[in-house]
Amino acid sequence: MMMNRARSFAVATGVFALALVGGAAAWAQARTDLVIGMSLEPPHLDPTAGAAAAIKEVTYANLFESLVRVDSSGALVPGLAEGWTVADDGKTYRFTLRPNAKFHDGAPGDAAAVKFSLDRARGAESVNGQKGYFASIASVETPDPRSVVVTLSRPDGLFLFHMAAGDAAIVSPTSAATNKQKPIGTGPFTFDRWAAGDRVVLTRNPEYDGPKPALERVSFRFISDAAAQIASLKAGDVDAFVQFNAFEALPEFRNDPKFAVTVGTTEGETLLSTNNARKPFDDVRVRRAMAHAIDRKTLIDGVLYGNGVPIGSHFPPHRAGYVDLTGLYPYDPAKAKALLAEAGYPNGFDATLRLPPPPYARRGGELVAALLAEVGIRLTIEPMEWASWLDKVFKGKDYDLTMIAHTEPLDIDVYARDSYYFNYRSAAFVRLEEELNRTQDPAARNALYGQQQRLLADDAVNGFLFMLPAVTVQNAKISGLWVNRPIQANDVTGVTWK
Amino acid sequence: MRRRLPWSFWLGLALVGLLLAVALLSLLWTPFPVGQVRVVARLRPPGGANWLGTDHFGRDVLSLLMVGARNSLAVAAAAVGLGAALGVPLGLAAAALGRWGDELVARLGDLVFAFPAVLSAILLTAVLGAGAVNVVLALGLFNAAVLARVTRGAALAVWRREFVRAALALGRGPLSVTLVHVLPNVLGVVVVQTTVLFAVAIVNEAALSYLGLGVQPPNPSWGKMLGDAQTHLFTAPLQAVFPGLAIALSVLGLTLLGDGLRDWLDPRHRSSGLL
Repeated sequence: MMMNRARSFAVATGVFALALVGGAAAWAQARTDLVIGMSLEPPHLDPTAGAAAAIKEVTYANLFESLVRVDSSGALVPGLAEGWTVADDGKTYRFTLRPNAKFHDGAPGDAAAVKFSLDRARGAESVNGQKGYFASIASVETPDPRSVVVTLSRPDGLFLFHMAAGDAAIVSPTSAATNKQKPIGTGPFTFDRWAAGDRVVLTRNPEYDGPKPALERVSFRFISDAAAQIASLKAGDVDAFVQFNAFEALPEFRNDPKFAVTVGTTEGETLLSTNNARKPFDDVRVRRAMAHAIDRKTLIDGVLYGNGVPIGSHFPPHRAGYVDLTGLYPYDPAKAKALLAEAGYPNGFDATLRLPPPPYARRGGELVAALLAEVGIRLTIEPMEWASWLDKVFKGKDYDLTMIAHTEPLDIDVYARDSYYFNYRSAAFVRLEEELNRTQDPAARNALYGQQQRLLADDAVNGFLFMLPAVTVQNAKISGLWVNRPIQANDVTGVTWK
Repeated sequence: MRRRLPWSFWLGLALVGLLLAVALLSLLWTPFPVGQVRVVARLRPPGGANWLGTDHFGRDVLSLLMVGARNSLAVAAAAVGLGAALGVPLGLAAAALGRWGDELVARLGDLVFAFPAVLSAILLTAVLGAGAVNVVLALGLFNAAVLARVTRGAALAVWRREFVRAALALGRGPLSVTLVHVLPNVLGVVVVQTTVLFAVAIVNEAALSYLGLGVQPPNPSWGKMLGDAQTHLFTAPLQAVFPGLAIALSVLGLTLLGDGLRDWLDPRHRSSGLL
């Protein structure tokens, strides 16, 4: 409309026509900068020194590279290693590195750096957020500067997958100590600056030895308040908001042609995590009663405005090996009450629900409390900040119930851990996990995953609620942002402007 | 001649009376069970069975507001009560003891006033955990400091008056003078200050609940309702209007009531005919 009017005016006055052409020419040149909005600011920028997802969401594939890389579809593709072979016994991996990889400070991205990184991550002083990923490594050898041979002490079906994680980023011995504040990797972007509380800025790495990204400059802006997130998009302060969780605002953005909304999958199984060691949750009948009392549809509609998929166990529906167990405990308050009475709680009981900050947890917790109240389980809600949640609930295991999305990929193995915060102990599950680690054949692995899922659902270990959706609200002119989130990352190397 | 009470006093009294009536009524009756969630019926506009509409979980807004009034009043009353129970005796003691006692109370007050009430409440809830009890504690401490200071000031003025000196000359001890002569003469000021603090406590409780630190769900609170309404502003603006109105009218009512009471009780204002 505006353009048409301007054009007709320009016909009459050539000066304006010229101005218009000039303007159009400026627009024709695609933008090469991008501002991405994120809810959480990373505590530091060293992906090998902390479990916080936000670190990897800035650095993965942009600043740092791992040996292997996960692409937007979740497939394993070459990273710093351009190829690899696995020996038949499943214990020896041979990686061949890119010939000209360099760190941003000029240090060589060679086999020595890989050996340094892996040994550092599995060493006694390692502060890696996923130290378990490296536990199966027996030795790392470097026959030549472009070859790395990793020998495992036992077959590990997930080894390559773990080597593709942000936690397995390859760092240089010359800069590893200072990566927290001044990250130096081998990736296609270099670190420019970090304005604490506001943004991290990356610029294109002119020395990168692989395909160069289209963007010259990428800023990650940190906006935690949902109302401010909505406003920042509307004002154009951010070009895209990833993991957008003000779901109530989505219809508005969907109706606005300036924006595009994508809803993809994450690895985030959202659970009503239950302390299996604490009374009355040590009784499987109580846990099953809770499963019958929670209506997943109400939760998904109420919290995610319909943008989510229900789960019946700890496994994402988009992965091979998934078994649909959502029908095991249909929503049935009467049955829940009967089970509670059978367990010795005819009048229900009181418990505390400790909630971390994300909106899905705060809103979801409120709904869970309302649903459980209908069968007589009276919850007191205790909102917590991340630090105290991690300290008291996750590390201290001091909780009755909590609500949290478990976003690491293929993390069903946590139920085999002795010291995990669910306090779930099952010899049967551990046996399945050991068998899984010995098994390479995909079909056999999937069958084992299926048995694990059934076992967890039968034991009603936690409230299995829904998969957290990956919602991105972006300027409609951007293409190349990931729709799904198969790994904790905001890989912007393939982003372009129309 | 006793001055007539201004119309604003009666308006304030009516608003506060309404607030109290709604809070009491909510103990017996709400249009819908207050925690009842019906997601399919969310964000309904006012009208129909839900007179003021429904919120983002399909809960009845009027029911939430009614029980919210009760929670608001309870927290404010507890915070002001705690403040009066601590602050008034401290203020009286400071005035009676003089010297180091006075100094001690004044410095303790300075310590509390160094931070705004909401800030120190945020600090306290961060350490002790969020929830109504800790909000009462935080706001109560602030109110105690205010009331101690106000009481001390008023009491010092009374201590200088002739009848107190006469009582002292007759051999009365400081405790007896405080209870018999000073306390009754400062009570008016304390009552007026209390209504003002009550209004402030309602606003502060709402602010803390808005931040998620105050009254916790499933217990409804006006501040939490405002917080929840924030992301719905573009789609369902009325969500913010009703709890906002409730807070505004309650504070207005209490402030007008306090103003009217001051005109009526404060001897200086009465005699000088100001206001």
